[in-house]
Amino acid sequence: MSTTPIKVPTMAALAAAGETADILFWVGCAGSFDDRAKKVTKAVVKILHHVGLKYAILGTEESCTGDPAKRAGNEFYFQMQALQNIQVLNMYGVKKIVAACPHCFNTLKNEYPELGGTYEVVHHSQLLQQLMDEGKLKVAGGSFKGKKITYHDPCYLGRANGVYEAPRDVISKLDAELTEMKRSKAKGLCCGAGGAQMFKEAEKGNKEVNVERAEEAMGTNPDIIAVGCPFCNTMLTDGVKHFEKEATVKVYDMAELIAQANEL
Amino acid sequence: MIGAIIFVVVFISSFAFFTFKILKIRRNILLGQNVNLSGNKGERLKTMLMVAFGQSKMTARPVPFILHFFIYAAFIITQIELIEIVIDGATDHHRSIWHIVEGSFLGSIYTFTINFIEILSVLAFVATILFLSRRNIIRLARFQKPEMKGWPSRDANLILFGEITLVTCIMLMNSSDVALQTMGVFQRTDTLLVSSQLAKLWEGVSMDNLMLMERIGWWGHMLGILGFMVYLPFSKHFHIFLAFPNTYFSNLKPKGQLTNLSAVTAEVKLMLDPNADPYAVPAPDPNAAPVKFGAKDVHDLTWKNLMDAYSCTECGRCTSECPANITGKKLSPRKIMMDTRDRLEVVGKNIDKHGKDHKDGKSLLGDYITEEELWACTSCNACVQACPVNINPLEVIIELRRDLIMEQSKAPSSINTMLNNIQNNGAPWQFSPMDRANWAQEMNT
Ligand code: SF4
Ligand code: SF4
Repeated sequence: MSTTPIKVPTMAALAAAGETADILFWVGCAGSFDDRAKKVTKAVVKILHHVGLKYAILGTEESCTGDPAKRAGNEFYFQMQALQNIQVLNMYGVKKIVAACPHCFNTLKNEYPELGGTYEVVHHSQLLQQLMDEGKLKVAGGSFKGKKITYHDPCYLGRANGVYEAPRDVISKLDAELTEMKRSKAKGLCCGAGGAQMFKEAEKGNKEVNVERAEEAMGTNPDIIAVGCPFCNTMLTDGVKHFEKEATVKVYDMAELIAQANEL
Repeated sequence: MIGAIIFVVVFISSFAFFTFKILKIRRNILLGQNVNLSGNKGERLKTMLMVAFGQSKMTARPVPFILHFFIYAAFIITQIELIEIVIDGATDHHRSIWHIVEGSFLGSIYTFTINFIEILSVLAFVATILFLSRRNIIRLARFQKPEMKGWPSRDANLILFGEITLVTCIMLMNSSDVALQTMGVFQRTDTLLVSSQLAKLWEGVSMDNLMLMERIGWWGHMLGILGFMVYLPFSKHFHIFLAFPNTYFSNLKPKGQLTNLSAVTAEVKLMLDPNADPYAVPAPDPNAAPVKFGAKDVHDLTWKNLMDAYSCTECGRCTSECPANITGKKLSPRKIMMDTRDRLEVVGKNIDKHGKDHKDGKSLLGDYITEEELWACTSCNACVQACPVNINPLEVIIELRRDLIMEQSKAPSSINTMLNNIQNNGAPWQFSPMDRANWAQEMNT
């Protein structure tokens, strides 16, 4: 992998220089702070940089979208976050946003408009698909050729917003063998993290949800479990570890796969 | 003559009782909060035709889809034969429509329809037997969950036995009719495919007995249908009506979108804007009901949530796809809906007995649904996706959570930590907001 330094532009810096960005990369809390998710963030930036999109981040001006607060039932904390974020986004005149987290994607796309923040919001799988369709992003090299990949639908991308094909399209460009789990697309099983579960102990039961899902994913004998959400990433990585299979089964975000295939 | 009088009395009183119950259920549903779901008529109609009439979401599970479809189709088409049965009953005639249409083109339509009904009835009969065995012999997991113990299981079996009785009666009626036709007692119909075969069983049965059998079949079928109607409002089978309005008023927004509480927006805007003039906001009306956040009891939910509850078929598709339930947690989205309905029934009965303002000291949250259930939900929408009549258990769960958090300040401590972090440092974890873009620095070296 190349280590060419990349200077990631912020909206503030662009504004100071009298410029704007065509697309805002919404990084999200996991993408900003979680070590595993930060790698995905970097992969997304490498791709944005590689295709020459005029993008920027909010940097320290970004704040949690409020999704976990809302799903936990605290509408006050959610709207505090939302209204502050909308203020910042509108100040910079943001039109289009790409998020690498389906929770941020869903909240920005569906719940902000009513509060005064209307933007064109896409998930990174949709942006990648578009870049590939337009020929701006080519997937070179056959490093994934013949590898078995299974894709786990994030609830907030799939069922919540009906995006099933973009991620599969992107992954299929890798020349790999995409195998489906029995519970996929609209019937996909949750990884167990949504609805603020990520931040609490699971309630009493007889199994962890992520173990159930990782078991199903591994049932397809994959080399790689592809994900599109930082929380699914954590949950399934832990699930694979539960079965001590981390040496043979890797969990990757599709942005990482595309970046790797392009040797970025 | 006596028969006709008894019939008319029974018929009218059944309808009166049914209407009375429907109005009660309507009143109960309207105890819910108002939401405006009137727009998008075209899309709503389409959803209703697809999901309720066309059973589109049932196809996800082919075996019960086909079996259910036989019963559904037989039920709808039998209503045509019912017209004649009712006219016969009220006028003391036999096959009054056939008398009119015989020999004409309409006559062949008549024969076709009756034959169609006969064949569907046989298929429905088989389906019913298979449904009974799925519940009681194979004992499919989704019918054995704790919330199905007692009445819900009995209700399901009762209706299935009722269906067997109905089909048996109509076949008994038609086959003895055919046998009597061969004796020259009744006017001949064209060949009825199934009952002409069954009529062979009755060879050697006396004419009097055949007449008796025909009457037993007729009355059995008629009383069965009316009994079914009277029973419906007490049963999950009420879905055969409510499925239509309930799918019509389906949520048309993306499933991931939760409602924004507008009462909160006003307050938050005031908090965020240091220059806002607090007196610019109109003085609160002292008579206005205090703003409540979330739902503690059924009347805090919307009328659509309450209609959902009455529409539930108790099929358990939601529960069998729920990640929490699959992994042994207490949460079952079906139970959430059944509890909502059961609580609403109790609230309705209280109103009938003690008047509108009676409080029984109980509530949906706490006495029916526990915190443990609510906190197990991942908001994954699997239940919403699975429901064949577009019920939304997640909306109820979120409303109850809102009450827990915003009205009662009750949350697992880890959730409180997460919320405090969001408020203090703009992330669910304890990181400094100033470190948010550290990863970008790492990329620049
Ligand atoms: S949204 Fe909640 S109740 Fe519904 S299936 Fe998912 S975890 Fe279960
Ligand atoms: S909510 Fe829907 S899926 Fe669940 S039991 Fe009721 S009808 Fe079936």
